[in-house]
Order: sequence, then structure tokens, then C-alpha cells
Amino acid sequence: MSLSLASGGSTRAASSSVTAATERTRRPIVTGTSVLAIKYAGGVMMTADTLCSYGSMAKYKDARRLQSINPKTLIGGGGEYSDFQAITELLKRNALEDKCTADSLYDEDASEECAREVWNYLRAVMYNRRNKMNPLWNDVIVAGFSAQGEPFLGFVDKIGTTYEDNIVATGFGSYLALPILREKYREDLTEGEARALLEDCMRVLFYRDCRALNKIQIAKVTKEDGVLISEPYEIETDWTSASFVVPKGALDGDGGW
Amino acid sequence: MNYQSYAPSTYEHDGKSAETRNLKPGELSTGTTIMAIPFEGGVVLGADSRVSTGTYVANRVSDKVAQLHDSIWCCRSGSAADTQALTDYVRHYLSQLAVETGRAPTVKVAAHLMRKLCYENKDNLMAGVIVGGWDPVEKGSVYNIPLGGSCIKMPFAIGGSGSTYIYGLVDSEFKEALSKDEALSLVKKSISHAMARDGSSGGIIRTVVVTESGNEREYVPGDQLPYGPAGW
Repeated sequence: MSLSLASGGSTRAASSSVTAATERTRRPIVTGTSVLAIKYAGGVMMTADTLCSYGSMAKYKDARRLQSINPKTLIGGGGEYSDFQAITELLKRNALEDKCTADSLYDEDASEECAREVWNYLRAVMYNRRNKMNPLWNDVIVAGFSAQGEPFLGFVDKIGTTYEDNIVATGFGSYLALPILREKYREDLTEGEARALLEDCMRVLFYRDCRALNKIQIAKVTKEDGVLISEPYEIETDWTSASFVVPKGALDGDGGW
Repeated sequence: MNYQSYAPSTYEHDGKSAETRNLKPGELSTGTTIMAIPFEGGVVLGADSRVSTGTYVANRVSDKVAQLHDSIWCCRSGSAADTQALTDYVRHYLSQLAVETGRAPTVKVAAHLMRKLCYENKDNLMAGVIVGGWDPVEKGSVYNIPLGGSCIKMPFAIGGSGSTYIYGLVDSEFKEALSKDEALSLVKKSISHAMARDGSSGGIIRTVVVTESGNEREYVPGDQLPYGPAGW
């Protein structure tokens, strides 16, 4: 059996003496959970926690799940972390080639892909892998601006499903955070309001998702400054409700819930 | 030279996650980290507070330390329904026994009663329990009753899915004849560390210190843990 550097690995048929079936999907091993994103008055804001779990173990607590592809485009990924790193590498390599091709040297406008182009390209990549029954096991959110200069937010999943909206979320976030974000969303959200809203949602996710952490990163994409990703920081949590503190396990209780 | 392919041709993962493979669909699990340490004059029992269904936290402030009798307590891990039922049965039988014998039952009796229920019904239960308490015969004592229904008296006991992450920590920090404060702080520290790494444990830490004079319950909020979940 020979090891392969090719993307997607070597085909089984080439490596074993017995003709094996076509490649089957593998299961994710090291995984990231939700990513949330919302458009606001100045652009787009995205958040994710910094945890990658190894099954049920909280193994890597400083994983960076928000990455800038070029100065104008931000992606965030949940799911298998190695596949997300491969996607980041691929998109960054494309961005670098764009910058270095002969065309871009003479083109004053620069040919950096806008977020919508990155989103579309990623869709093709994911769908192509899905057709080979060997998906990149991720849900990715692409944030930035479209070529026309409008804020852009798009979603791509592991089988190549895509949609764009003012609010997107992956994983548990799509169940718990999306309703909160939808209720509070306004087109003219200020940066402070958008950030507080996203932090509230990450707090709820930390309470209710077994695979979440209370250390998060927030990133924004604006016309003036491009992509800015914060350093990881801890969010506050509240455990002081009276009904929480009261113990329920004593003899006069019902045995503890 | 021919190399055997290392591709696992016979292993296929069945898709079930580690936490839920033994539970019925939708059944709640106290994922859990539980712990009990005897000290000079009594026992400290402690537990986290997360109850999960798969990866959803059904209750983030549950109370997994249940009282079986005046000075006998147990920590529950495994299926929430199974351990609650077991606790109810043991409480009932112990209170009956106290009336019949005219004195409080010993921790050993409580532990063996729990064991009997867990052993005879082992096919239908998923419960790992630590029974601890104070009685005039043994003073502080701790019994570990894992899946299957063995009953083992131990110098200290840890259990639940989170306990795997702290065997090293507790093995290195435990000493015979700890003081009450040392035992309490070791319980809180160890459970914090387990909660930081186990996805099925989390929330707050509930403890009870059981001595001849009574029970002291304590509550450590999730943002004041000795070692926070965010870690390094």
C-alpha cells in the first residue's frame, strides 16, 4: 500500500490486492460545533467557539474555526476540523494565486474574489466530493461582500446545499440560536448590538450544547477594514437563579432531578 | 515485498455515539462526573449537574447527590430514570429497616441493598452509583457500585463518564486521613477538571459533607469553579 498526497487519498482499488468497493464516507473524528453569523449596519459579523471535540472529549480548546480567506472574505466551519483546514488551505491558495497571476499585476481593481465567488466555488468543491461519496464533513459559512458591494452571507454544507440569508447558523445553533437571532434582527443593528446578540446566543449554546465551550471568537467584515477576527475570550455565564441553587436530593425531595 | 493493506476491511462503525449506544432512543443520561472521599469524621460526596439527551443538555443544574437516609447519600450516574428508581427503592427499604431495627442503618447495609437491586436487575439497568455516608460503626465509608452490580468498598471513589479524565489527578493527590477541608477542595478541584474535558459533564458542582452532626450542602456556580471549562 502506498501513501498518497493527493486530495481525497488514494483509491482503494489501487492499494489493495482485492478489488474493494468505491470509497465510502468516513465518520468525523475531531469536530467543531456551531457557527453563527448575522448581517448588521456596517457589514457582517460571525462567531464560533474555540473548541474541537474528540468524540465526547473536549480535547482542543484553542482551535480557530474562523479564518480569513482574503482581506475581504471570512469563513467559519463546523464539523470535521481536518476537512475545514483543508478547505481553508485550498481557498487561501486560490486567493494567493489570484494575487500573483499576470492579470492581477496589471489590474488596478485587483482580482480578489469576493465572498459570493468564494461561496459558489466552495459549493462546487463540496458537491463534487459528495458525488464521489467522500464528502468534506463540514458546514461552512462564508461572509463578506458581494461584487456589487452589498454585505453577503452564505451557507454551504457537506453535500453542497447552499443558501444565503441575513442570518445563518450551523449545528446546534440552527436549532437554538436562529430563533433568537431572527427575533432580534434589524437591518440597522449597530456593531455593539450585533455583538451582544451573538454573545447571548453563544451563551445559550454553552448552556445547552454538550459540545460547546464558553470561550469564543467574534469576527466582522466591513468595507473599510476588511476582515477582523478577535482573539478568543471567555463569556460570562449565570448560575445564580434561586431554583438552581436549591438542592433537590434530600429526603424531603423527590430523589434529585 | 508485499504489504498488507491496513485499510480496515472488517471494521465498520455502526454510527451510534459513545454516550447513547446503551440508552433507549430519547432516554436521558446523567453523563456525569461523581466522586466521594472519606475523611477524618465523615465523607464528602460531589457531582456535576449536567443531564444530557445525546448532545442536548436537558438539565444544566440537576442534583445528582441523593439522600438515602439521614447520614447516607448516594451519587448517581448512568440512566437518569434508572438511578431515580433505584434511589426511591433503597430509600423506601432503608426507612422500613430503620423502623424495624430501631436505629439508623449502616452505610454498608445501604450499599449492599443498592447492590442487590443493581445485580438482580443488571440486564435492565444502566446505573453506576457511589454510596457514601457516616455511621457509628465504620465512621465515614464509601462504596462503589458500577454497572453490573459489584459492590466494592474503596478509600475513595470516582465514577461517571467524566471520571476517566481525572484518574491520574485523583491518584496523585489523594492521601489517607485527609481533613474535611482538604477532602472538599479535592472533590471540587477534581470534578472541575473532569467537567473541563468531558462533554457529558458540566454546569455546577453540588457537594454534601456528611458527618456525625449532620449534612452540609454546598453549591459551586459554573463561573466560580476552581478550574474553569475554558482551560488553556
